[in-house]
Amino acid sequence: MRRGRADAIAGGMDATLFADARLIDPVSGTERRGDLRVAGGRIAGPGPAAERIDCRGRCLAPGLVDIGVKVGEPGERHKESFRTAGAAAARGGVTTMVVRPDTIPVIDAPELLEQARGRAAESPVRVRHMATLTRGRAGREMVEIGFLRDAGAVAFSDGTHVVRDTRILSRCLTYARSLGALVIGHPQDPGLSAGAVITSGKFASLRGLPGVSPLAERMGVERDLALAGATGVAYHLDQVTCAAGLPALRRAKAEGLDVTAGTSIHHLTLNVLDVADYRTFFKVVPPLREEDDRLATVEALADGTIDVISSMHTPQDEESKRLPFEEAAPGAVGLETLLPAAMRLVHGGHIDLPILWRALSRNPARRLGLEGGTLEVGAPADLVLFDPDAPFVLDRWTLASKSKNTPFDGARMEGRVIGTWVGGVRVWDRDAAHA
Amino acid sequence: MSFRHRHLLGIEPLRPAEITELLDLAQHYAEATRRGDTHGTALAGLTQVNMFFENSTRTQASFEIAGKRLGADVMNMAMQASSLNKGETLIDTALTLNAMRPDLLVVRHPHSGAANLLAEKVNCAVLNAGDGRHEHPTQALLDALTIRRAKGRLHRLTVAICGDIAHSRVARSNLILLGKMENRVRLVGPPTLMPAGVEALGVEVTDDMAEGLRDADVVMMLRLQRERMDGAFIPSEREYFHRFGLDAGKLRHARPDAIVMHPGPMNRGVEIDGTLADDINRSVIQEQVEMGVAVRMAAMDILARNLRAGA
Repeated sequence: MRRGRADAIAGGMDATLFADARLIDPVSGTERRGDLRVAGGRIAGPGPAAERIDCRGRCLAPGLVDIGVKVGEPGERHKESFRTAGAAAARGGVTTMVVRPDTIPVIDAPELLEQARGRAAESPVRVRHMATLTRGRAGREMVEIGFLRDAGAVAFSDGTHVVRDTRILSRCLTYARSLGALVIGHPQDPGLSAGAVITSGKFASLRGLPGVSPLAERMGVERDLALAGATGVAYHLDQVTCAAGLPALRRAKAEGLDVTAGTSIHHLTLNVLDVADYRTFFKVVPPLREEDDRLATVEALADGTIDVISSMHTPQDEESKRLPFEEAAPGAVGLETLLPAAMRLVHGGHIDLPILWRALSRNPARRLGLEGGTLEVGAPADLVLFDPDAPFVLDRWTLASKSKNTPFDGARMEGRVIGTWVGGVRVWDRDAAHA
Repeated sequence: MSFRHRHLLGIEPLRPAEITELLDLAQHYAEATRRGDTHGTALAGLTQVNMFFENSTRTQASFEIAGKRLGADVMNMAMQASSLNKGETLIDTALTLNAMRPDLLVVRHPHSGAANLLAEKVNCAVLNAGDGRHEHPTQALLDALTIRRAKGRLHRLTVAICGDIAHSRVARSNLILLGKMENRVRLVGPPTLMPAGVEALGVEVTDDMAEGLRDADVVMMLRLQRERMDGAFIPSEREYFHRFGLDAGKLRHARPDAIVMHPGPMNRGVEIDGTLADDINRSVIQEQVEMGVAVRMAAMDILARNLRAGA
C-alpha cells in the first residue's frame, strides 16, 4: 500500500507542475522565472506531473507564516473562529497561523492547549499554538513550560500583559532556556504606557487623547534584551515600532544574543495621523507612530534588524469599535490584507520581494522551528500564487473574517492572492471563487 | 454668511472669518440682552436637547438660558443617572434621541471625540459642550468675545494661559483660536501638566510665571482639578499656589492694563487669589459668564440657519 503510493508519487500521479512562474526564493534572496514541481505534498525535483498550473509569469512564493494571530476560540467565537480565521488566512496567502494565547480563558495549561488544537482542525491552513508565559497572564507564576511544549506550544508569551516583576520574568526566562523554549515579549514599559491610547505628541495633544512616548518601547526593548542576554533564552520581541529601541536591538544582535524582532504590517504602512477624527479601526497596541518612526521601522526591516512581519490579526466586532476612542477595543484584522499591504513596501521601493519574503515566511518559520518558508526540494508545498501588481479597492464587507475591523477599508491596494496551497492541497482559488 | 459647518465640534475646523462672524453675532446678542431684549425667535419651533454625561451646572445653565432666550424648546438630560447605568452605548443613546427628532444637540462627555462620534450618527446639529481633553469651543469663543470687548481687538495680543494645560480642553480650544487670530500665546505651568509636543503648535512654553506673564495683555487662569493633586503631578496645593497661583505680585509682570480671566469654577487660593478674582478693575470673570450666554445664542442661531438651509 505504502509502496504503491510512493510509486504513484514517483510516477507523477498526484504531482503538480507550476509552470512559468516568477519564483520568489527567500533563502537565496533571489527570484527567477521557471517551473516548480510538487509531489506528495512536498516540493519535488523535475519529473512528470498529472496536473499543470499555468502561472503566466505571476509570483509563486512560500506561504506566509503569521506569528501572533488572535482567534476568538475559546471564548469569543462571535468575533472569529478557527474556520473563519483559516478562511481569511487562505485568501491572504497565509499558510501557517501561529495563534495567540490571550483567549478567554487564556491558554496557560496543557489541557486547554489540547482543546484548542482540537478546534483548530477546522482551519484549512496550518495552525500552531502559543501558550502564555505566566498563569492567567498575571505575571506571578510560570506556566508548565515543559508540559505545554510537549502538548505542542511553539512559543510562550503573555502578549501585551508585560511581566512587570523583573525577578519573576528572569526566572521564567532561565527556566525556558533550560528547555530551549522560545519566549515572545511585548517591549513596553507598563508604567509609562498605562492608560495610553495613542502615541504622544502634537497630534495626541490636539485630539486630547492620553498618549505614550516611544521612550516606553525603548525601555521595554532594553529591559527585555538585558534579561535575554543574562539568561541566554531564545527571545523574540513581538513588535518593534519606533527608532528609539533599534540601537539596543542592533547591539544585542551584534553581540550574538539569541534574539529576533518582529513588527506589525500596520506599523509599517500607517502612521498616527491616520487616526484622523478618532477612527477606532486605527487603534492598535502599541499605538501607530509618527512618520519618522514608521520610516525607521521600514529601514530596520530592509536591513534585517527586524526579522519578522506579522499581521497581529485581532478581530473585534462592531460594538467593540463603535465607541469613543478611549473606550474602543484595540486591534485590527490583518490576515487577508497582510500581503497586499506589504506590497506597498515593494512598490514604494523600500525592499525587494525575496527579502520581504524572508520577513513574511522564511524567518518566522525558522524562528519557530517549523518547516516551510522555502522553495527547496523536500519542503512542504505551502505556496502562494499572487499577482503583485493587480490593483483593487478594499471593501471590508468582502473579508472572510467574522470581524471586519480593518484600517484598510476603502484603501487602494496592489497585490492579489490568486491561489494558496497547504501541503500541496489547494485551499484558495480566486478564479474559481469569482467565476 | 460664511459659517459653513453643520456642527460646532471644535475650534480646529473653523476659519478666522467664521470665528469673527460668530463673535459679531454674539456681540449683537450681548447688546440686545443688556437692553432687556431677551425674547428672540431665532430658534422658535426648534427643540434643543442638552445631553450632559458629566456634571456641569454652569455650562448647562448657560446653554439652557441661551436656547430659551431664542425661543427654543429646551430639554435637559442628566445622562449619568439614566441609560449609561443600563449598559447602553453612546451611539444607541444618540440614535434613540435622534428618533425623537431634536434640532440641536448639546453634548458634554468625559471622553475625547465623543461629540465627533455622535455627529456622525445623528441628523441634528451637534454642539460640543466639552469632550474629554479635546475641545470646548463655546468656552474659547466666549473668552475671545470677552477679550475683544476689553481690548478692542482680537489680534496681536500676548495671552498667557496658565495652569493645568495637559488635562484642559479649555486650553486647547483657546490656544487654537488665539493662534488662528494671530495672537502670541504663552503656556505657563509645571512641566508635569504640559501636554507633549505642544511647542509644535506655535506657542511659547514656560514653567516660570514671571517670564510667562511678562507684558501679557491677557492672563487666563485654568482650574486645577482636585484629582490632579494626588496623582504625582504636583507636590502639594500650597506649593502650587506659591509657584503658579495668580496673585497681585505675579500679575505685576503683566501689562498694567492686563485683564484676568478664569473659565470657572474657581479654586480660590489654589490657582487664583480670591481678592484678585473679585477685583473689578482687573478681573473679567463675571463678564465671561455673561458672554457665555451670548456666544451660545449666536452659535445655535447660526447652526439652526444652516440646518434650515440644508433641509
